[in-house]
Amino acid sequence: MPPRRFGETARPDAWWVQPVAVFLGFTAFIVYSTWAAFQGSHFWFNGQGADYLSPFYSPELFYPAQYPQAAAHAWFGVQPYWWPNWLVFSPAFLVLWAPAGFRLTCYYYRGAYYKAFWADPPNCAVGEPRKTFLGERYFPLVLQNVHRYFMYLAVIFIFILGYDAWKAMWFADATGAAHFGIGVGTIVLTLNVILLASYTFGCHSLRHLIGGFLDEPSKVSACAKGFACVSCLNRRHMMWAWFSLFWVGFTDVYVRLCAMGIWHDFRIF
Amino acid sequence: MKTVTFRIWRGDAGGGKFTDYTTDVSEGMVVLDVVHKIQATQANDLACRWNCKAGKCGSCSAEINGIPRLMCMTRMNTLPTDQPVTLEPMRAFPNIRDLTTDVSWNFRVKTKIKKFNPRKPDAPDGTWRMQQADVDRVQEFRKCIECFLCQDVCHVLRDHHKHDEFIGPRFLVYTAALEMHPLDTEDRLPELKQAQGIGFCNITKCCTKVCPENITITDNAIIPLKERVVDDFYDPLGWLWKKLRPKV
Repeated sequence: MPPRRFGETARPDAWWVQPVAVFLGFTAFIVYSTWAAFQGSHFWFNGQGADYLSPFYSPELFYPAQYPQAAAHAWFGVQPYWWPNWLVFSPAFLVLWAPAGFRLTCYYYRGAYYKAFWADPPNCAVGEPRKTFLGERYFPLVLQNVHRYFMYLAVIFIFILGYDAWKAMWFADATGAAHFGIGVGTIVLTLNVILLASYTFGCHSLRHLIGGFLDEPSKVSACAKGFACVSCLNRRHMMWAWFSLFWVGFTDVYVRLCAMGIWHDFRIF
Repeated sequence: MKTVTFRIWRGDAGGGKFTDYTTDVSEGMVVLDVVHKIQATQANDLACRWNCKAGKCGSCSAEINGIPRLMCMTRMNTLPTDQPVTLEPMRAFPNIRDLTTDVSWNFRVKTKIKKFNPRKPDAPDGTWRMQQADVDRVQEFRKCIECFLCQDVCHVLRDHHKHDEFIGPRFLVYTAALEMHPLDTEDRLPELKQAQGIGFCNITKCCTKVCPENITITDNAIIPLKERVVDDFYDPLGWLWKKLRPKV
């Protein structure tokens, strides 16, 4: 059989739709998240007593010197003195690399972006543009094996974002006293951590480390139960990956637009 | 009953071309039925391998409209018939003639994988004890009928011809069935990393999509094996944990 040229296939279906959709979806997210990270402002909303923090900026390790209002969330105070003057300071720079690394090395995302960005292959049984192929055996793609370390960090982030969602349930009155309440932003932040947790706790590496490494998991009941739970989420890993990606971006949009005064945060009770 | 055109590859290792055959298709027919009808009425010399006609022998693997599938399990009413239906042999293996390919490479690969090596018997009568839950995990891999459709769709073999460096999804499933077996004691991870080239898999999941037995090849076999290779060769903390953790 003669070898197939790039894009050549006998498939009559619209095989190109999936990689194009993935390409557009990932590109849109990368462009928006990079833009949002460089803003360094409007990442928190405290109007009407609310306390919303964008997930792109959480945990806020240091606050930008020009925004002392953002000090409330900062763990270690004002931005470090050694930060270079030529580079704009944004708290997002200090945290976004971790979830970005987790998604970049995720098994689902790898398969998706190899197809959509490298056409390796463009889709199943479709001709490829290159003759050489090294796979994940050599540098740089052998570094994908670091995925489990990013997973450890991603799990920590889930607890931090869970705390942010909890704080979004408390609204300060005129005297400064906090009262339990639910605003639209509370729902947005809570849904965000639920979707991110569903994605993170369905990770293939976690599935392996929690019990998959055993040949007889039934001998360690905690491992067997953990393996079953992670497997349950893992079966829909792609779905959780996309839902959480969209919603974490939307959460930043919501907090940003509320902080800019463009959207009004509706208080449900 | 409707009339459908089939565009079938006719040729051998030396070359060939697509030839159109038009025939009537009735309700309930599968692609293999149509091939047999064309063989009986229009092309007596059309070569095609088949056996059970029930999706269990894995003989009639071919590419139907560009997708690797079993001819006996592809119903005609699932295919668009307003344009010719393309039928060609598997591209990952040498063509013998028409729709038949030489899949003997697969059997040679299988001989190189370390065999099942059980632990000492658990009982004096020479038998073992296993929990059903632990066996269930590898039981999925035993459904494989060796149709080699996963090998055919894998671009590492199909487009990059890494047959000397990569064993392909079928044998990663086979290795997973042995490696995760509750009784097995053999260590196949060094070979998986080196000679068998698990690192070539870039997780396209095409193998999972074409499996007629619906084995979750990528998620349940290949990725867990990749993680085990990471344990042994790429994760210093994991390596340390493996040395220190209590044996179960």
